[in-house]
Amino acid sequence: MGLSITLTINGVPRSLMLDDPRVTLLDLLRERLDLTGTKKGCDRGQCGACTVLADGRRINACLALAVSLDGADILTIEGAADGDTLHPVQVAFIAHDGLQCGFCTPGQIMSAIDLIREGQAGDDPERVREAMSGNLCRCGAYAGITAAVLDAQRRMRADDDAAQQEKQAA
Amino acid sequence: MQPFTFRRPADLSEASALLAAEGAVALGGGMSLLPVLKQRLAAHAMLVDLSRLPPLQGISATDGVLYVGAGTTHADVAASPVVAGTIPALAALAGGIGDPQVRNRGTLGGVLANADPAADYPAAVLALGAEVVTDRRAIPADAFFRGLFLTALEPGEIITGVRFPVPAAAGYAKFRSPASRYAIVGVFVARGAGGVRVAVTGAASSVFRVPQMERALDAAFTRDALAGLTVPPEGLNGDIHAEPSFRAHLVGVMARRAVAAALA
Ligand SMILES: Cc1cc2nc3c(=O)[nH]c(=O)nc-3n(C[C@H](O)[C@H](O)[C@H](O)COP(=O)(O)OP(=O)(O)OC[C@H]3O[C@@H](n4cnc5c(N)ncnc54)[C@H](O)[C@@H]3O)c2cc1C
Ligand code: FES
Ligand code: FES
Repeated sequence: MGLSITLTINGVPRSLMLDDPRVTLLDLLRERLDLTGTKKGCDRGQCGACTVLADGRRINACLALAVSLDGADILTIEGAADGDTLHPVQVAFIAHDGLQCGFCTPGQIMSAIDLIREGQAGDDPERVREAMSGNLCRCGAYAGITAAVLDAQRRMRADDDAAQQEKQAA
Repeated sequence: MQPFTFRRPADLSEASALLAAEGAVALGGGMSLLPVLKQRLAAHAMLVDLSRLPPLQGISATDGVLYVGAGTTHADVAASPVVAGTIPALAALAGGIGDPQVRNRGTLGGVLANADPAADYPAAVLALGAEVVTDRRAIPADAFFRGLFLTALEPGEIITGVRFPVPAAAGYAKFRSPASRYAIVGVFVARGAGGVRVAVTGAASSVFRVPQMERALDAAFTRDALAGLTVPPEGLNGDIHAEPSFRAHLVGVMARRAVAAALA
């Protein structure tokens, strides 16, 4: 029996037919929709390589049944950039060498985007590390990752302030 | 994962009816159930998705009782102004479960039904003398936890929420596994209307109270009242993280830190 669900993926609404309820969001993205940017590390919630945003919040796609997320708005690494303009978090990961092999990077970036939205970590590197603790990096690029998150957060805040000032001036 | 059928009930009575079937099991956030299914440690014929069931949502406080719906995620408890205004130690506990990805999906009901010996919430539920509310009855915390992954829930019984009496003071401290954040030892201390209750998680096969510490804290609710007090290592868990004698030592240390947190 097929299960029909709808998901908005990277801004595009999609009607999907699942032949089996066991399909996780991760396998749906990678195996059926060719969105292979989201990685499979442990497949059991421990490494964060599969992190995507569901309705704006970071989750492990390997532990979410796709059918259980029917109706959700999903953002993956493929949808982070704005056309050819990289997301500020992507720019910061490149600037700070926040990666070595790059396998954990899509998950790190999606997690960092949500960390910055949450706005709980402030400028404290220790709190950033704690708030990124769901994303492991086997290459140990943590120093660069933390620097990238702090830098992206500063830039995004400055951009927000500038936009705010422009609005007030207009 | 072995094959299963999937159902999302629209209301509580439909959920109860579906879960009455042989082989049916509730699905909360899936943070514990999916790994278990993937490792084929269990197989169920039907998953009944409670994760977005409206009657399991919501947080409210009235007449000295904080009510948290079973479907509430750890992230929502951690961020709730109502929880922060009534039992801040509970908000802090929820904010220290696993990592942000786990907190965005995992639910209060899922943790309690699962009864993992190293889970955090059981310590709060037991120390606060809370009541676990189901689709059939209300179960006092002292009767709820029955052992390793074992609770008083009957087959198909659905946790709908938890009623936490608001204490005068409460604190939680855990010595966590650096990888998973599960409690190697966690101690929740609460001073409520009926006196002080101390509950320990992570140390044994199930959460348990420490009457000797409760008596000491009833006499004087200070860190120093616990000086030299701990529990015997016999029967405590031993694994690669900590042997029983270390866990026994940690119970004393975490209890003192929990009291300090409650007084802060
Ligand atoms: C990497 C990782 C780290 C973690 N770290 C911690 C930690 O530090 N501390 C901690 O406490 N926990 C931790 N957890 C566990 C986490 O808190 C889970 O959220 C929790 O154990 C299960 O909740 P769930 O909603 O995901 O339930 P599920 O996994 O969906 O279900 C678990 C069990 O509960 C049953 N169930 C679910 N909801 C109900 C209900 N309403 N009524 C009756 N039965 C129900 C299910 O049938 C199943 O048997 C961790 C998990 C992961 C993956
Ligand atoms: S692949 Fe999902 S957390 Fe590791
Ligand atoms: S860059 Fe290789 S795992 Fe993180």
